[in-house]
Amino acid sequence: MLYAVLIPLLIACFIPYLSKFKDKIHTGIFVLFVPLSIFIYFLQFIDTNFVPVAQGYSWIPSLNISLDFYLDGLSLLFVLLISGIGTLVTLYSIFYLHKSERLGHFYVYLLMFMTAMLGVVLSDNVFVLYTFWELTSISSFLLIGYWHYRERSRYGALKSMLITVFGGLSMLGGFILLTIITGSTSIQEMISQTDVILNSPYLPLVMTFIFLGAFTKSAQFPFHIWLPDAMEAPTPVSAYLHSATMVKAGIYLIARFSPVFSAYEWFFIIVSGIGIITLCWGSYMAVRQTDLKGILAFSTISQLGMIMTMLGFGTKAAAFAAVFHILNHATFKGSLFMVAGIIDHETGSRDIRKLGGLMTLMPISATLALFGTFSMAGVPLPFLNGFYSKEMFFDVSLDLSSTSLFIAEIMKTSIPYLAVLGSIFTFVYSMYLFFGTFTGEKHLDELPSKPHEAPIGMLISPALLIVGVIIIGLIPNLVNEPLLAHAAKAISGEEVHKHIAFWHGFEAPLYMSLIVVIFGSILYIFRKKWTDIYLLIPGTLSLNKVYDRILDGSEKYSRKITNSYMDGSLRKYIALIMIATVLVTFTTMLTTDGFTIKTDDLAKVTVSEILIASVMVAAALGTIFARNNVAAILILGVVGFGLSVLFVLYRAPDLALTQLVVETITVALFLLCFYHLPNLRPRTESFKTKSVNAIIAISFGALMTMVAISAHSSKWFGAISEYFIENSYELGGGANMVNVILVDFRGIDTLFEIVVLGIAAFGIYAMIKLRSDKGVE
Amino acid sequence: MEIIMSILAGILFTTGVYNLLQKQLLRIVIGTALISHGAHLFILTMGKLKRGAPPILEYGVSEYTDPLPQALILTSIVISFGVTSFLLVLAYRASKENNTDNMDQMRGTENE
Repeated sequence: MLYAVLIPLLIACFIPYLSKFKDKIHTGIFVLFVPLSIFIYFLQFIDTNFVPVAQGYSWIPSLNISLDFYLDGLSLLFVLLISGIGTLVTLYSIFYLHKSERLGHFYVYLLMFMTAMLGVVLSDNVFVLYTFWELTSISSFLLIGYWHYRERSRYGALKSMLITVFGGLSMLGGFILLTIITGSTSIQEMISQTDVILNSPYLPLVMTFIFLGAFTKSAQFPFHIWLPDAMEAPTPVSAYLHSATMVKAGIYLIARFSPVFSAYEWFFIIVSGIGIITLCWGSYMAVRQTDLKGILAFSTISQLGMIMTMLGFGTKAAAFAAVFHILNHATFKGSLFMVAGIIDHETGSRDIRKLGGLMTLMPISATLALFGTFSMAGVPLPFLNGFYSKEMFFDVSLDLSSTSLFIAEIMKTSIPYLAVLGSIFTFVYSMYLFFGTFTGEKHLDELPSKPHEAPIGMLISPALLIVGVIIIGLIPNLVNEPLLAHAAKAISGEEVHKHIAFWHGFEAPLYMSLIVVIFGSILYIFRKKWTDIYLLIPGTLSLNKVYDRILDGSEKYSRKITNSYMDGSLRKYIALIMIATVLVTFTTMLTTDGFTIKTDDLAKVTVSEILIASVMVAAALGTIFARNNVAAILILGVVGFGLSVLFVLYRAPDLALTQLVVETITVALFLLCFYHLPNLRPRTESFKTKSVNAIIAISFGALMTMVAISAHSSKWFGAISEYFIENSYELGGGANMVNVILVDFRGIDTLFEIVVLGIAAFGIYAMIKLRSDKGVE
Repeated sequence: MEIIMSILAGILFTTGVYNLLQKQLLRIVIGTALISHGAHLFILTMGKLKRGAPPILEYGVSEYTDPLPQALILTSIVISFGVTSFLLVLAYRASKENNTDNMDQMRGTENE
């Protein structure tokens, strides 16, 4: 299985070489055999007595992350969809994309996506699943932005990327929590520990995180907004990613974790609630669209909502209905996208207002679209698979067990009505899609090119999918036991046996279907009369606007915030740094009770020191109040010389010497510098600035005093200087301890201090000598 | 005495920070010099003051002041001297090139 997953990626490495011959042979022909062989490989697993297969490959054993693949009924269904429709889409793209396109890029992205999708549905390890999950987001981003010179493509790609990656990251959070709760990274292991997860206090958080991932990927309300914009991708991509595979990854995730969560009562409310809203909103909005792919995008959203609703029910029959509809939706939606692509390709337009009367010009496409749209609408005919799953949907929506939660009870009574409502709109847009395109007046002069039937190669793929629709429609039980029963078992955790029949007597689901058809027909025929309602709801409200606002707003406000404090003024930055230092240190001292004062171990106070100290204080304050710069410099010198006298008094002869010399040179330098400074003017400051600065400075000084006193008052152990005092002569051979420490005990400090001086000297030399504007002088 | 010296160091820090917040380049360099004086005094005070003879071995003396803080301060003085002289020349060059020594006029503007 590892090879099956990674082969597309391996082949993708060779695509750039193969695409060099694209003038002679279309690159897609090389690619075609990849999904085909994967499809054939997985076909062999279809069997009534199928048992799940597990395979493991070591990847990062120390983190408990390994490439574990687990193939059960659910994975098998998805794998077959991915590889099967992948084959057909590749075939279709060979005829759809011209050889002048950048084919190499297209097929590399497509194969990358194929690997990612196979990995998502086969992984048993949550972190491997996440890895492949993000790879689908990335490859989908690349595919949507395939025609990157178009503004709309880039917008759509960015939007889908932001929304799906947001969901993907939150899903990662959910996975990490699950791993912490269960102590395992394997999904099957987690399913076996359902009790532990259900009793965990983190359960609501886990569910929120994982559901966010699933809902964003599967374009559920209100995260559906990326899908219509993703229609800027080439049509094969829309058919493959945005109808059959990637958007079902979220469905897959919910289905996969449904054995874990379905016992929790909020599972039904969240999943079915969001699902039914998506179903109704998607089908309602689809009628409003004028672009063929726009209709199909909203139709995909609504159908995904329907599957999600069924998964939320958590019953055996609902699980079966859900997997059945996954299969059905993939067949008819894939073919419809391909037909839309053909129409676009042959007429040059996808605007349904310009199209019309294409039946006689494109008879084969019209036939394919007829089957596709009628199956999507759920018209009760025994050769359309959409009808069966819709019927089952009505059936399971009527058959919900009662719970204690009030909100769940309300939902239970309302779901059948909402389901019928959503289906009525589904019927309307399906009819609109078919009749609006293929019947009515012809507007040939408005179309960019003269419509004619597509080449045969382009028709093969949709035709095969429609054959699938009809076969499942005629013999619905063909795939029942060998495939769907196993998939439903993986979701509900129990054996599911179901016989699908076209006719099961005069019962509620049938009446519901009839209501859908009758009301749908009425609404379709009189649609001109009521479509003004879209001006009212949603009117000018739109979730896209919310998205754009959030995006623009976050940019605008983050710029505002940054500009508010990063205004380029160094003084402001220093003030901020000082305030932060004071606040953090002061709070720490306050909360840890850090301020102590002890007076039992102090040196004697003498008059001479007090005198010098007060001179220094006066001089230090003088640097502030001195109007004249020369005065400020000289007063600064007083502070330095005062310090060197203190060094004398505190028995540090070397320090006193150095301080004296350094202070002299520094004062000389200051004066030198002052002499050269141009046009020195005294700077006046406002009183407000002055007082703010004073407060900052005083609080900083007070803080340092506090720190000094506390540090002095709480000595916990003696100094290590005894060692230096004892060994200075024995080991260092010198009587001056400070000097022995500097050059012997701690010589490395001195070495680098010399380096510092050297660098400063070089730096000064370079600053004075080198001029970039005039070259080196 | 240590408490008085701590307060003195605190005042040196205060005046240093206040100078640092001024507009003029020269004042800022004065501020850094004051802060380094304060820091040196701080280190010396932390090593306890006047507990014995100067740290030069002499026959018959057993109590010496702590030599380690003195060595650290010596290193620090030299380094701050290097940095201060560099800063001074930098200030000199900067004000010469820009024809101003006002910090508010020396903002980087190309990224705004």
